[in-house]
Amino acid sequence: MLKPVAANRLEVKAKRSKEDVVFDTINFIVLTLVLLIVAYPLYWVIISSISNPGAVSSGEVLWRPIGFTLQGYAEVFKDNAVMRGFGNSIVYTVAGVLVNLAVTLPTAYALSRNTFSGRKAITIFYMITMFFGGGLIPTYLVIKNLHMINTMWALILPGSLSVYNMIVARTFFKMNISEELYEAAEIDGCTQGKFFFRVALPLSKAIIAILVLYYGVGHWNSYFSALVYISDKDMYPLQLVLRNILITNEAALSQTATSEAAREALREKQQLISVMKYSLIIISSIPVLVLYPFIQKHFVKGVMIGSVKG
Amino acid sequence: MNSTAIKRKSHLARVLKRDASLWLFCIPGIILTFIFSYVPMYGILLAFKRFNARAGIWGSEWQGLYYFKRFFDSPYFESTIWNTLVLSFYGLLVSFPIPIILALLLNSFQHKRYRKVIQTITYAPNFISVVVMCGMIILFLSPTIGVINSVLEFFGIDAINFMAKKEYWRHIYVWSGVWQSAGWSSVIFFAALAGISPELHEAARCDGATKFQLIRYIDFPSILPTATILLILNCGSILSIGFEKAYLLQNNLNLTVSEIISTYVYKVGLINNDISYSTAIGLFNTVVNLVLLLAVNKAADKLSGNSLW
Repeated sequence: MLKPVAANRLEVKAKRSKEDVVFDTINFIVLTLVLLIVAYPLYWVIISSISNPGAVSSGEVLWRPIGFTLQGYAEVFKDNAVMRGFGNSIVYTVAGVLVNLAVTLPTAYALSRNTFSGRKAITIFYMITMFFGGGLIPTYLVIKNLHMINTMWALILPGSLSVYNMIVARTFFKMNISEELYEAAEIDGCTQGKFFFRVALPLSKAIIAILVLYYGVGHWNSYFSALVYISDKDMYPLQLVLRNILITNEAALSQTATSEAAREALREKQQLISVMKYSLIIISSIPVLVLYPFIQKHFVKGVMIGSVKG
Repeated sequence: MNSTAIKRKSHLARVLKRDASLWLFCIPGIILTFIFSYVPMYGILLAFKRFNARAGIWGSEWQGLYYFKRFFDSPYFESTIWNTLVLSFYGLLVSFPIPIILALLLNSFQHKRYRKVIQTITYAPNFISVVVMCGMIILFLSPTIGVINSVLEFFGIDAINFMAKKEYWRHIYVWSGVWQSAGWSSVIFFAALAGISPELHEAARCDGATKFQLIRYIDFPSILPTATILLILNCGSILSIGFEKAYLLQNNLNLTVSEIISTYVYKVGLINNDISYSTAIGLFNTVVNLVLLLAVNKAADKLSGNSLW
């Protein structure tokens, strides 16, 4: 039991009591169960998207793909609405993130300066919006009066500054871009504007990455604004197209089959649609999946910065 | 520092001139927030007026508290508030403690590499969109092609049309939420735990503390402030659970339990075009939230000394 070890951390390990062994075992089992519960549905969607539609509907596909086929994916790529939605979402996300950065970064930087005379007033100005707002209809009327219904600006401008993200960025600037640095630059004749673009921003790649991901994932995944402000089908973002297919079942066939052969064809078609749905889930998540390693790292960093009070 | 502070008081104009570029930095955000957050606050007046598109907000005719009375008298008042409250409290009761427990367990887990794997996987569902999440729920629970029913049938149990049975709806809503966000919500607690000095643990170990005692007497108390702040914030939004997920999981068969305030506001306002009525319900909701937040914040401040401001 007692291995001859030197460092005191290992000495602690040697003291593992019986209760600790029980605890470690239970902990291992519980966390492994958690892992399986979270992982299995994700895994199942993946294997179903590449399985034979009939096998998926009959419940045969449980542990591994059966009757490998890419029919579902082929079906998705044939769907114009999905492809258009994908394109629209890319445009909205890129444009949205650019606006988000252009608004959030300068505000956060200004509010991070201790000497800034507007710091308190502007902070209160933003805090109020966190707890009180006009609500759905009054906001809708403002957007309507600005003639922004059925334009991408309705999706981009209203949430252009998220107070939470701004506070994360402000905390970052506070910790990383010191006032002394600016004072030194000022002596050399640098203005705040120049300092921000030439010194502060190049030193802040980490926070820019965090904001791009926070805002980017938000734009990519959101459907509510589009549901309210976009009625032109050609302008639907991907999530709204997905809603029509996955939730309201627009792709489902409603005609009633009369002959046995027609019924069989209809059943096959329905099975194909369900597999197409799994493929669609995967395809729509690709941008987020590809970025996931970065996202995980930077999002965690963002949470850590955000949890520093002040 | 001190001399700057004095200067600020005596030479306001000079200070403004010095800060001119910083003020300029803030202007885009101020303008956009003013237009999209503050101007709608003016629109709240509609809750007290009968909306007339031609006359505009100011020109519309005053109705006093008519729309509020109408809401209080409507059968939807009780049912939407009750549904919202039940869903919120059930959600809070389940999805608040689970991430804390998860973070505590992960923190005292000794296989570091396996822990990384668990974290990577459990964070992932958080980045799935609501639409895809609800699509998955509906597909999984489908009585004809759903995997859950295939498994049930395998054990000789008849297929259940889960989405059509209203008694399952709240469980589906809350537990799918746990599946999606428990891992991610644990990050903030995990970060707080990482900040505990290892010497504290070592000292306790030398005194013969078991791992469970470390959690009970060191880890748990040290994340309590973080937990309190989050609990306050959660309580402040008890009446404003997201429209997004509830709306997508609704169907005519579960509407009696799934119609919550936010979905009702949407339907009344944008589908039935009952502008003033919808605004009034929305305002009622916001005010109740605000009062709840202030009350819980005050209580937490008195009880534990932790508060938002």
